[in-house]
Formats: sequence, structure tokens, C-alpha cells
Amino acid sequence: MSERRLRVDPIACTAHGLCAELLPELIDLDEWGYPVLTAPVPRRLAAAAARAVANCPTLALRLERT
Amino acid sequence: MIGPQQEATLAGVARLLSAPTEHGPGLAAHRAHFGPLPAPGEAGLIDPVTRSGLRGRGGAGFPTGRKIAAVAAAGGRPVVVANGCAGEPVSGKDHVLLELAPHLVLDGALAVATSLGADEVLLCVHRGDPIAPSLRVAVAERGEEGRAARLVEIPGRYAASEESALVNFINTGTARPTAKPPRPYERGVGGRPTMIANVETLAHVALVARYGADWFRAVGTADSPGTTLVTVGGAVAYPGVLEVALGTTLGEILELAGGRTGPVGALLVGGLGGGWLPAEPGAAVRLDHADLRKAGAALGVGTVLAMPAGVCGVTETARIASYLAAESARQCGPCMFGLPAVAADLWSLSGAAGDPMTIMRRLRRRLGLLPGRGACGHPDGFARFVRGALDTFADDFRGHAHGRPCPGDGRAWLRLPASGDSTPAGWR
Repeated sequence: MSERRLRVDPIACTAHGLCAELLPELIDLDEWGYPVLTAPVPRRLAAAAARAVANCPTLALRLERT
Repeated sequence: MIGPQQEATLAGVARLLSAPTEHGPGLAAHRAHFGPLPAPGEAGLIDPVTRSGLRGRGGAGFPTGRKIAAVAAAGGRPVVVANGCAGEPVSGKDHVLLELAPHLVLDGALAVATSLGADEVLLCVHRGDPIAPSLRVAVAERGEEGRAARLVEIPGRYAASEESALVNFINTGTARPTAKPPRPYERGVGGRPTMIANVETLAHVALVARYGADWFRAVGTADSPGTTLVTVGGAVAYPGVLEVALGTTLGEILELAGGRTGPVGALLVGGLGGGWLPAEPGAAVRLDHADLRKAGAALGVGTVLAMPAGVCGVTETARIASYLAAESARQCGPCMFGLPAVAADLWSLSGAAGDPMTIMRRLRRRLGLLPGRGACGHPDGFARFVRGALDTFADDFRGHAHGRPCPGDGRAWLRLPASGDSTPAGWR
């Protein structure tokens, strides 16, 4: 099965921080409020990751299959 | 007059800069010296350039043959962009090459264009570059070769000559980097696959097209074949641009530039995105991608700057870090906020403002938050530069932390341009 990975478009991201609230297991915020990602998404968090992606106000968060 | 270039010629490594300067850089003199540019064989340029082992001379050192192949594989009608912007303020080699051998660069760009079936060739330099008018003449001299070639002038910012920034400027008029993917070889100028190469890289391609891969590999190292242009500066007798065989040691390069004018503390190699090496054992390191990386620096844009022993590494690092922070395109958070924060930490260490252990811990944590988190490599190069400084100037940093007298004489060493206009207008 293909692996899913999180990726952020660093230009589009404006540090709303919603992703870290919705997916604290994989996303931390740095001291300036920008997400630090643990890229590979384990299966059990796939739905939560999809929700974080869908709720990003600037559509900066992506979920990619590799 | 025996200058650095003549000495390099005597050492038998002049290729790009081998044409006698008294005949000028015109097309007729160029053809008389180098001979006609052969049409690429049926297999095109990908095979000879790949076998030559040529790696890009714009900083990243990516294998040029693979890059041409990637553009060819992307399909469609590609565009060729020759990058002569020399975004690194400490590098002068692209400028010298464009002044002395503009037609060698255009040969390479046109040969790549022929091989790829590209109908458009763009030569990019920084806006207001004094060589722009003579380049416009050189480009016009090649007009009859059936490809639309033109000169493009790019805003004079450090990050404006990054590949995606060049493409963005040509497409939209704003020279800020864009997010990847897509990379320019997939989708670049006008949405077409775009081959972007540094002007020196293209000049080497022009020589490989004429004389072949084996000729190219006859000098240099296995990892980094051929010759390369280096900008030598700082505490040497004849600062300037030289052509040397890759594999030449940094110490030999200082000798070719007339030797050291005094005790040297450290070497800044590969531009501001490269790294620092202590003068000893740094002088014994060879100019080679693998060797320099192993030593903690990078070949980058091929600069070798000798910092005099009396200069404080802490303050100098803080100055350069502030310059690089101001050159951020301010699009990506970690670059926009992280670079000024690290620069401020360095100034705090320099001025002993606060507990040095606390500041150093914070600085190292912040450095870890930069690589891979921007749309371009600017934060990565910045982090490499500062990390290298922490190692190379460990004694200076310890001295400042313990309140010992600073070894520097208080004077700024490296000359940096004034930072450009950081508003959006500065990128247009």
C-alpha cells in the first residue's frame, strides 16, 4: 500500500495553526506559529489528517501519496 | 603584466578564459579561437554532457546531463534560460565570463536549445549590470541562428536569481521564488519545460560539444571533472577571478592569486551559501564537491575568500547573517522570522547580551527549524553558513561567552552590498 505524507506549501501557509489543533499527533507549531510536520501519516490517523488538510484556511496543507 | 589570469594560463588550465584578450570578445574573434560550434549529433548533447561528468556551476552542483535529460523527458517545446545573475555578492566569476567570453555562453545555450528543440533562449543578468549593453550586442549577433534570443534583466536581490524566482519574474514580473513542485524543468517559462543553467555551466557545455567528454575529463577529479572559475578575495595579493582545474587545493588557489598578504584565520568557500573552514587544515582541502562537503563547506559558486587572522568570527558571522536575513523574500514564515531571530542571537553573543549558554541553546534550536522549510534553499544555505561558523570560530564564540577581550579589531571585514528594497516593489 502506498504511503501518505503531509506536506505544507510554505508560501501559502500563514500560521493560522488550525492544523496543529486538529492533528497534534503529527503537527507541532514552531515559536512563530508555523507547522513542523511528521510527514508519514500512519493509517490510524488518515482520517484526522484528511480533516486537518480540508480545514486549512489557506489550503496550504496537502496529503500526498508516494 | 603578470596577473592572476596569466599565471593560471601558465599552469595550463585556461579553457573558458583561454581566448587572447587583445582581440576582444566579439563573435569573429571567438570563432577564430574556438572554432565553429558543431551541430549536435543524432543523440544530441545528453550523452556527451552526461559522460563528461559536468556539474552545474551555479551553486547546487547538479549533474548537467541529467538536467538536460529531465527537460527532454518532460516533453513539449522547452525554453533555455542562461542564468548570469551571480546572486552571491562575493562571486565575480559569472560577470568576468560574460565580459570575456559571452559567445561561449551563448554557444552553450544555443547548443542545448538545438539539442532540446527549444525555440527560445533567455540570458538573465541583474538589472543595471554594466555589461548588459554589450551582452545585448552579443545576443543580437546570434540572431540569424534561428532562435529567439533575448536579454532579461532581473531585480538585484540575493534570492531573485534562484531558478523558480527567475521563472516567476519572466512569467509574472515578480522575482520571488515559488513553491515546488512544479520544478522549472517540469513547468517553467510560459508553462513550458525550462532548462535553467548557470552561464559558466553553459560555457563548459560549449566546450564539451566541440572537444568531447574525454577531453573535458582530462583535468579535474573523478567526482568533479573539468576546470572551474573561482573568485579569490580577501587577504591575497591579486584578488580576482581565476580558472583552475577542479581538485586544486585551496592553498594553491591562494598562491595563484599572488599568495597571502598576512596571517589568515579562516576561509569562506563557496559563497555565503557555502561555508567556513579554518585556514589550517582548510588550505589542504581540494576544490571538489565531495571533499569540500566532507570538510564542512560546499563548492557552491566557487569563491575562496581569505579572512585575515585579526577579524572576529562572531561579529563577522552576525553581520553576514543580518545581510542574509534582510535578503529573505519574506514569503515563508520560518525564513521571514527564523533568519532575523538567529541573526539577533548572534548579535547577542557578540555583544555578550544575556546568558551565552541560553542564547546558544536557543540559536541551535532555531537553526534546526530552518532547513527544508522554505520554498527555496535560502533558509538551508543560511543554516549551513551559521553552523559552519559555530564550528570554525568555536574559540571566538567561547571567548565572547566568557567575556574575554574580542580578538577582532572592531572593523567589518567582508564587503556586502546594501540590502535591497524589501517591499514587494523591490522584487519587480
